Amino acid sequence: RAMELPPSHFPAARAAAVAVGYLRYLRGGPGRGLELRELRRARRQDIDDVGHKYYLELELEDVLDKDRTVNCTAEVLYHLGSKNSAPDVQVTVQGELRSTEEADKEFYNWIRSLEKELVAENIPDSHGNVPPELEPIHLLAWVASGYVIWQNSTENTKFHLAQVKHVKQVKRSDEDLQFDFVVLLHEMVSQEVLPWQVTLLWHPQRGAQVSQS
Amino acid sequence: TASPLLRLLLKTLIYCRHQVLRIKTKNEEEVKQLQLLESLEHLELDFWINPSAPALPVDVRIPAVSVQSVKAFLESQGIAYSILIEDLQVVLDKEKQDMAESALRHRSSTFDFGAYHTLDDINAELDNLASEYSFVEKIQIGQSYEKRPLYVLKFSTGGSNRPAIWLDAGIHSREWVTQASALWIANKIASDYGTDESITSLLDKMDLFLLPVANPDGYVYTHTMNRMWRKTRSKIPGSVCVGVDPNRNWDAGFGGPGASDSPCSDSYHGPHANSEVEVKSVVDFIKNHGNFKAFLTLHSYSQLLMYPYGYKCTRPNDYAELESLGRAAASSIRSLYGTTFQVGTICKTIYQASGGSIDWSYDNGIKYSFAFELRDTGRYGFLLPANQIVPAARETWLGLKKIMEHVRDKSS
Repeated sequence: RAMELPPSHFPAARAAAVAVGYLRYLRGGPGRGLELRELRRARRQDIDDVGHKYYLELELEDVLDKDRTVNCTAEVLYHLGSKNSAPDVQVTVQGELRSTEEADKEFYNWIRSLEKELVAENIPDSHGNVPPELEPIHLLAWVASGYVIWQNSTENTKFHLAQVKHVKQVKRSDEDLQFDFVVLLHEMVSQEVLPWQVTLLWHPQRGAQVSQS
Repeated sequence: TASPLLRLLLKTLIYCRHQVLRIKTKNEEEVKQLQLLESLEHLELDFWINPSAPALPVDVRIPAVSVQSVKAFLESQGIAYSILIEDLQVVLDKEKQDMAESALRHRSSTFDFGAYHTLDDINAELDNLASEYSFVEKIQIGQSYEKRPLYVLKFSTGGSNRPAIWLDAGIHSREWVTQASALWIANKIASDYGTDESITSLLDKMDLFLLPVANPDGYVYTHTMNRMWRKTRSKIPGSVCVGVDPNRNWDAGFGGPGASDSPCSDSYHGPHANSEVEVKSVVDFIKNHGNFKAFLTLHSYSQLLMYPYGYKCTRPNDYAELESLGRAAASSIRSLYGTTFQVGTICKTIYQASGGSIDWSYDNGIKYSFAFELRDTGRYGFLLPANQIVPAARETWLGLKKIMEHVRDKSS
């Protein structure tokens, strides 16, 4: 009962973007940025009174380790009348993602060692430049925006992170790092570029958590 | 003492009507005569080659006031001379002009195609290309809302209104890799004509019109105010919001699905079709020309190669040929760096969108109508790093070339 979809057509591509956003939130970090290399296969199932469910086979790459790819499968369920609820997403990564333990620790220690809280703007800048020391922040913005994209997507939207407009570190009394982001999200269908405030908590072992604004 | 202004005037015209003579002395006696002349300081003679021995010529610059008297002296002594330079100022002025032109040409070979440039710098490079290549001409097809010229490079090796190819970039101003790629492509075509077989045979049969900055007002705005600006900068009556999406403003399913009727929207179609002067100028130019065979437009990002339709989801009559040609072009693109472009109609590939340029061109008889979405697929999006400009331009050019070759073959 699931219909085969051409991967090059937009319905499958939109569902894939949701899956990638979700996966970035779950598995991304300052040392790992997951990108879609190729959408290999897509199917869609219309479930009465529930919604539309997409079955996807994705090939992903880590932008910091582009020589290899990892396969994964995903299911994206858009609920009927999905105005208020985020799509349900499940992702299964086949095989191992490259370990980022060392990079994570290094980043964590660096931020904790800063006397003044980190503040940065326009990542990348107008010309696409990202200072190397800010690349981990850029990737954490992917994590934060991955969450926002997952939570706000419908079958009629396709979001990408256009730019980190502003990021401010907030020192905390506990072990987490906190970054308050203002990200610009580009929504492909309406072509709007929308600012979004999102606060991200991150810890090397515990991973990321968004406390939404 | 002369005033500063006078001194400046004198500096620029100091050699007016000065002559340079070459004197051929026959013997020692004549050499001595010239040495006598040399000693007469009031004549202010400037010997470029001093009198020394009979066998050697003597070159001397003579101020205007002294020319007649020196010549009279030489003639009275029977000393032979010829005029090397009739008017030194003329020579110097020409040399200055040559140097300026050479500096322009030199600048062209130092234009950094791997960087993003301001509108002024882009327009300067268009001038360079036009002056450097006889078959490249810069023409103005109109002006933008804020009165900036819309410059098109015409590539034509002859003929009269030959079948033509249209290529534009930057209709959406934030898509910076497109204007940058258009410049690289212009330079590539101009410099490879005569050596590259494909380009040469193409331009020997057809003309190419390239509009590198289709939305100059928007482009300036992305530099000065808002990097993410997409639309034109036209004022909309009754709204505080500015600008119309120029790729929803064409007369093709205008106002239909996939365009907004809200002035504040980034896909606002405008009050009516062709309301935007940037769009109307192109429409008028193409209609008046009457012999366009292809309409190609560059956008970013997403890595897509699309053909009509956008305003409706039905296939165009030439679906089979356009799909096949699109696939061939995508294959050419991929051959360089492995970059994959998806091929298909606009409606199936990204979304239903009315009022788009290639739908208009196709419905107006220009069969080979394609829209490219260049790199990347979202990692940097509109903010593509400058070091990817040339790779993007190179691979895109291969796709364009494939299409143009097909158009050339079908147009003869």
